[in-house]
Amino acid sequence: MSKNTVAITGNDAAAYAIKQINPDVMAAYPITPQTALVQKFSEYVADGLVKTEFVTVESEHSAMSACVGAAAAGGRVMTATAANGLALMFEIVYIAASSKLPIVMPVVNRALSGPINIHCDHSDSMAARDSGWLQLYSENAQEAYDNTIQAIRIAENMKVRLPVMVMYDGFITSHGIEMVDFLDDEVVHNFVGDYQPNNPLLDPEKPLTYGPLDLYDYYFEHKRQQAEDIKNSKPIILDVAKEFEKISGRPYGLFESYQLEDAETAIVVLSSTAGTTKEVVDEMRAKGKKVGLLKPRVFRPFPYQEIAKALSHLKAVAILDRSDSFGAFGGPLFTEIRSAMMEFGKIPENIDIIYGLGGRDINEQDIEGVYNQLDAIAKSGKVKERIQYLGVRE
Amino acid sequence: MTTNKQKGWKEIPKGGLILEAGNSEKYETGSWRSLRPVRDENKCTNCLICWVYCPDSSIIVKDGKIKKIDYDHCKGCGICAAECPVNAITMVDESEFRNEKTEKGGKK
Repeated sequence: MSKNTVAITGNDAAAYAIKQINPDVMAAYPITPQTALVQKFSEYVADGLVKTEFVTVESEHSAMSACVGAAAAGGRVMTATAANGLALMFEIVYIAASSKLPIVMPVVNRALSGPINIHCDHSDSMAARDSGWLQLYSENAQEAYDNTIQAIRIAENMKVRLPVMVMYDGFITSHGIEMVDFLDDEVVHNFVGDYQPNNPLLDPEKPLTYGPLDLYDYYFEHKRQQAEDIKNSKPIILDVAKEFEKISGRPYGLFESYQLEDAETAIVVLSSTAGTTKEVVDEMRAKGKKVGLLKPRVFRPFPYQEIAKALSHLKAVAILDRSDSFGAFGGPLFTEIRSAMMEFGKIPENIDIIYGLGGRDINEQDIEGVYNQLDAIAKSGKVKERIQYLGVRE
Repeated sequence: MTTNKQKGWKEIPKGGLILEAGNSEKYETGSWRSLRPVRDENKCTNCLICWVYCPDSSIIVKDGKIKKIDYDHCKGCGICAAECPVNAITMVDESEFRNEKTEKGGKK
C-alpha cells in the first residue's frame, strides 16, 4: 500500500481528480447520485484549494451551456451529472461535441425516469451514445479517478478535441467506500499539463464565430468531420493510457480481458458488475471451468475490431446490458458487439442479458447461472432465447 | 442547393466555426428566392428607399443611382417592392426566369 492509498467513495475520488486537474471553470448542478462529487468539489473551491471558477447554475441545461461558453472562450472546463440531469442538458451535450469543445464530464450512472428511480443502470449514458462524446466506463472508484485524469489528455489532444464522459455506477461505486491510490498533485499537474486553447472566442486579434447556422449545404460535411475525429481518438486513448501507466503503474486499454485467452465461454459487461464477474470467474476457474470476461472501457469510439477479435475464439458469449433499447434487437452493448462480430468469419453463439435496471441487484449466483447457460449453449449449439431479462419477476 | 464548387469535409473549419470575420458575402442566398424583384428603370426615381430597406444589402448603388439588384444574395422578401413609392419594383415568379442564366451563370 502506497502512502497515497485512502479509503474513499467513488464520488470523492472523482472530486479529488478534478481538484488535482484544477480546471478553469466548473459549472454543475447537483443530482443524485452525483451530488457528493459536486459538493466535495465546491468545498475545495470554498477553501481556496483550486483556482476554478465554480458556476452555480439553476439547471443542467444551464450547466452544459455555461461549459460550452467557457470552453469556447478558451478555458479548461468540467462538469458532472447523472440520469435526468444528463437528459435535461441533452441539447447542449450535442452542441459541445459538434463545436469540438474538450469538456470532461463524469456521469454517475443512474436510471432515467420514469417511474422515478435514483439507482444504477446505464440508460442515461447509453442514451447519449450517439451525441459525439467519447465514453469511458469505470469498474470502481480507482478507475473513476484514473479515467477522469486520462480523459483530460484525450479530450484536449489536438487530433481529438472532443468532449469525454467518464462513467461509474451510481451508489455502487459513487457511494461505496473503496481503497483508492491517488497520484501526487504535481504528478497529475504535469500529466495533464497547461491547457492549450484552440480557436478561443475571447481573442480580439482573431474574431471568429461559434455555432453559426449550418444548413443542408455544409452540416453533413461537419458531421463527417466528427465521425473522423472520434474514430481517430482510438490511438490517442491508447497513447494516453501508456503514459498514464508510467506514472501510476496501472495499465489501461480499450477494454480489459480477464481469463479470456483460453476461455470457452465469456461474459461481456461494463462497470461494477465486471468486478462481481471476476469473482465468479475465479471461483469457476478453481473448479476447472474455462470461463472468461471482457470488460469494455471505451464504448465511444467503439473498438469493434478489437473486441470482435478478442471474442472470436469463444464457443458462446453472453453480453450483459444494464439498459434496454426498447423495440431494438437487444440492448446497446449487444447490438454493437453482435454487429462487430460480423467482422470475423467465426461468430460465437451469443445471447443478450438485460439486467439490473433501476438498481436491481445482480449477484454471483446470477452470473454463475449465465455461465452455466453458456456452457449448455456451447454443448448443444442451440440458443433457446436470444434476448433475455435477468432478475425481473414474471 | 449543393454545388461542386463547395468545399469538402476535409477543407472546411471544424466544429462549424467561422474563422474569418465578415465572410457572409461569400454565402450566396439567391437560390432561396421564389419571387424576383424586377425594377422598371423608366419608373424608378433613384430615391434609394429600397436601398435603405433591403435587409440583405442587395440593392447595389453607384454614384447615387441604383446600378443593379444583387440576385446572388437577394432572398426575394419583397420589402423593396412594398416600400417603393412609385411602384417601380415588381415581384415576378422565379419560374418566369427558369431558362435564363443569372449574371454569374448557370444557377437557375
